[in-house]
Amino acid sequence: MTTVGILAIQGDVDAHARALERVGATPRPILQEADLDGLNALILPGGESTTIAKGLDRLDLWDSLRFFVHSGLPMLGTCAGAILLAREVENHPVATLDAIDGVVVRNAYGTQVDSFSAEADPGAARGLEGLPCVFIRAPRWKTLGDGIEILARVGGEPVLIRQGNVLAATFHPELTEDLRVHDLLVRSAG
Amino acid sequence: MSNENGNGGSDARSFEIKVGLAEMMKGGVIMDVTTPDQAKVAEDAGAVAVMALERVPSDIRRDGGVARMCSIEVIEGIQKQCSIPVMAKVRIGHFMEAKILEQLGVDFIDESEVLTPADEAHHVDKTGFRSPFVCGARDLGEALRRIGEGAAMIRTKGEAGSGNIVEAVRHLRQIMGDIRALTVLPSEEIPARAKELCAPVNLVRYVAENGKLPVPNFAAGGIATPADAALCRGLGAEAIFVGSGIFKATDPEKRARAVVQACTHWDDPEQLLGSCRGLGEAMAGIEMETLSESERLSNRGW
Repeated sequence: MTTVGILAIQGDVDAHARALERVGATPRPILQEADLDGLNALILPGGESTTIAKGLDRLDLWDSLRFFVHSGLPMLGTCAGAILLAREVENHPVATLDAIDGVVVRNAYGTQVDSFSAEADPGAARGLEGLPCVFIRAPRWKTLGDGIEILARVGGEPVLIRQGNVLAATFHPELTEDLRVHDLLVRSAG
Repeated sequence: MSNENGNGGSDARSFEIKVGLAEMMKGGVIMDVTTPDQAKVAEDAGAVAVMALERVPSDIRRDGGVARMCSIEVIEGIQKQCSIPVMAKVRIGHFMEAKILEQLGVDFIDESEVLTPADEAHHVDKTGFRSPFVCGARDLGEALRRIGEGAAMIRTKGEAGSGNIVEAVRHLRQIMGDIRALTVLPSEEIPARAKELCAPVNLVRYVAENGKLPVPNFAAGGIATPADAALCRGLGAEAIFVGSGIFKATDPEKRARAVVQACTHWDDPEQLLGSCRGLGEAMAGIEMETLSESERLSNRGW
């Protein structure tokens, strides 16, 4: 059985847990270093990136998470989670894990009245065609390094990307019934 | 009713996007602020959102008179300061204040009993707005009536500005108890129960089948300490609002951080104890018996 941790400082932890159960994985909330033992993969959920980053300061968890990144185990960050995976945040900076070689812009589409949902553009990676994407005060990648694989775009913008075993979605696959992104994570965890 | 947001969303899709932002606030603390400086304190402490106000509820209570939507300049000043979502309040039933806040790009609108009601019979029809709404409730029927009108988040009313947790506890226990009781009802008894609750039958059926509200369920009204925050979480609230409790305390920075910590670690006594150390004094509280029925803000709305 594949056990997938979900960083549980704040955010839509339940929604990720439900999605994981539906693809046959066991979710585990992560609130301290010991919770990371024996995980097959890790999710950084949606929420507020400042809140989650400050929680990581308080719990002194940054080094453990950086170790997790370097171990090469699969990770998925959605929205706030994707921000925490970035190399750099352009506006309202927060500390990050530098797991994705890119610069991200927070709240890049505007406030909540500009939040929207859309299907992935034609030409998404095989198996991800027509992926429904819900964007909530979403971030946007301003620059991405050469080695990054773009799995899906919306309106031409990269919204689901992969560097090594690390997946980053600027949208919320956990808020839809479409489980393909969670399935991709769990399958890569073997 | 048009709900187009320029991106082709249907009404149902649009509702999911509104509830989505409420989902992102789970496990967090939403703090009342009256200035950009206070908003910075809240954000630095790890708040998931701020509520922009001219006066916190305890001052509204003290000053009396008619309490209205916050001035645009105050909200804009706070929006400029913050990277986290900014909420603001409208009077119950005042759909024009709501239109104005939506135009301002406010992230969440609180149709709030803390302000003086504009309409004693009707709440805002919240389905036609792109901005999501949060509304207060004292029991399941009230919560489902508001969701039926389009609210994307429910919070307990508690008793705002009182510094007394007793009403928030009463409302949380009522809502959670009402939900638990529904889950054991046979299907044919749902419509009669909906009639008793004065709530839409489809929503009553949803709660019976899922054991929870169709939108996130937060606590508000009287939270003054980290222990109060943890108590609400322990009673089933998925996140909390703190109104007067932060900036009416002697050390707002510390108290804000402590309440955030307690909201995350409500189930861990060691972390909770840590959150309670060195806080200074909490806001002064009010005994419920000293408030007449007309002074109780939770009696506003139906």
